[in-house]
Amino acid sequence: MASVVLSEAEKVYIMHGVQEDLRVDGRGCEDYRCAEVETDVVSNTSGSARVKLGHTDILVGVKAEMGTPKLEKPDEGYLEFFVDCSANATPEFEGRGGEELGTEIANTLYRVFSSENSVDLKSLCINPREHCWVLYVDVLLLECGGNLFDAISIAVKAALFNTRIPKVRVLEDEEGSKEIELSDDPYDCIRLNVDDVPCIITLSKIGYRHVVDTTLQEEACSLASLLISVTSKGALTSMKKMGRGSLDPESIFEMMETGKRVGKSLHIALQKILDEEESLGTSRQKVGFLG
Amino acid sequence: MAAVTMRLPVPRGAVAPGVPRGGEKHLVAPGDTITTDTGYMRGHGTYVEEEKLIASVAGTVERVNKLVCVKALKTRYNGEVGDVVVGRITEVQQKRWKVETNSRLDSVLLLSSMNLPGGELRRRSAEDELAMRNYLQEGDLISAEVQSVFSDGALSLHTRSLKYGKLGQGVLVQVSPSLVKRQKTHFHNLPCGASVILGNNGFIWIYPTPQKKDEEAGGFTTNLEPVPLSDREVISRLRNCIVALVTQKLMLFDTSILYCYEASLPHQIKDILKPEVMEEIVLETRQRLLGLEG
Repeated sequence: MASVVLSEAEKVYIMHGVQEDLRVDGRGCEDYRCAEVETDVVSNTSGSARVKLGHTDILVGVKAEMGTPKLEKPDEGYLEFFVDCSANATPEFEGRGGEELGTEIANTLYRVFSSENSVDLKSLCINPREHCWVLYVDVLLLECGGNLFDAISIAVKAALFNTRIPKVRVLEDEEGSKEIELSDDPYDCIRLNVDDVPCIITLSKIGYRHVVDTTLQEEACSLASLLISVTSKGALTSMKKMGRGSLDPESIFEMMETGKRVGKSLHIALQKILDEEESLGTSRQKVGFLG
Repeated sequence: MAAVTMRLPVPRGAVAPGVPRGGEKHLVAPGDTITTDTGYMRGHGTYVEEEKLIASVAGTVERVNKLVCVKALKTRYNGEVGDVVVGRITEVQQKRWKVETNSRLDSVLLLSSMNLPGGELRRRSAEDELAMRNYLQEGDLISAEVQSVFSDGALSLHTRSLKYGKLGQGVLVQVSPSLVKRQKTHFHNLPCGASVILGNNGFIWIYPTPQKKDEEAGGFTTNLEPVPLSDREVISRLRNCIVALVTQKLMLFDTSILYCYEASLPHQIKDILKPEVMEEIVLETRQRLLGLEG
């Protein structure tokens, strides 16, 4: 992970600030930086989103392709995650440097989405045991400015909201062989219901308190952090502890409560911005990368 | 109470044409012809091709008599002798430290250029060499002055004055070096209650004003006591104001920072980083600065 080196005095300053609920940029312990969300930025994907959280820049593209369902779940489609840490973010990611972080994030995403209710996988089925939609979710890290997991999960949710899967009809031949017909109308598509898609909240322990949305400097001061994924209704779908330090069970419980509270606010804010973007429709001025 | 705000991105707009700027600047991009007159000497950022003077960096054209050079807006720090810089120690080597100062090469701080306790003219002994890490470790921040420039462009720093040395508690803001205005002094004690060091290399250090005059200043003993909340608020507000000024590409000097601080007082500290609040504050600062000149 990209990291900055800080002097002892700077770390002490940050820690004392967190104790008094005043971080370096004036935020409280439970405040997020202002996030910029834009969907439909990549034209040749089924859905895409770009999220900028302070200096963290994430691009997610979703491609829907036809595949065969998994043996143990014959009437469901599935999601595949791939995370690419580009060398754009930090020189440490050059060559194969970013692979370790990429696989860690991908495995976390698999875990977060492992709950049955997050995405309605049955709607992705076309022919049981034969054809289904596979959603390939590709995450690209453009810039690392702290709090990667949260930004990635927000971008994944926004991209899934933006995904448009074309409607297909299954035609049966006299011999019994099935043909799949794609509708000609490009606007005839199915959308995914993202109401239960969870978002990851990272709570980092600095001193005796915990904060959300850490910057790179604050990450250097925190020894342990808890990653929890929360749905919009406040249900926890997964939990993971990261970092070299240890966490007291009491503080884990407090962090979970904070995470649920913050998670609900995050989902409300995200849904509001996605609905606002949707309502602008074609009159929206696309900013993209050259704005 | 948690506060999460999200917004749709807005395209970056050019600075409003109604805002008056000091004089017309000749802006060039790499490859632009500056002049076809052969009487000029080429300076930094230019080259001659087919009897034309062409810019090699993106920036403003500066002309001093017959010398034409292009001053780039986004560049690494090019050191001059006498500049005040704030740097971070990256390596501890034999008899010297390597300091990162946002230039093309790491700067060098020799052990002999450092103030050691015991007086000015003390001879550096072998024990001093072994104890180097006790004075400055990797990650420590220092303020220093540029003593000389090596032939390859690396800077040699010195801290041979009581005002330079290791820095204690505070906040570092990294900006582009071209936004820091050259002034007589770079150490300012702002009336709002904090002090600031404007390094020429773009590293701005904001710290609480020290209460008493330390005899051992250039301090090797860092004060790790908690900073009071009122000072913290001032420091956070200053930090956000500096970030706002930098985003709107305004030159940084003590007056501009102070005006921006005063303009930001009606807003909450964390709101200063919102784009619309930033624009409003910087516009007010710009107008006050023009009123000062005119």
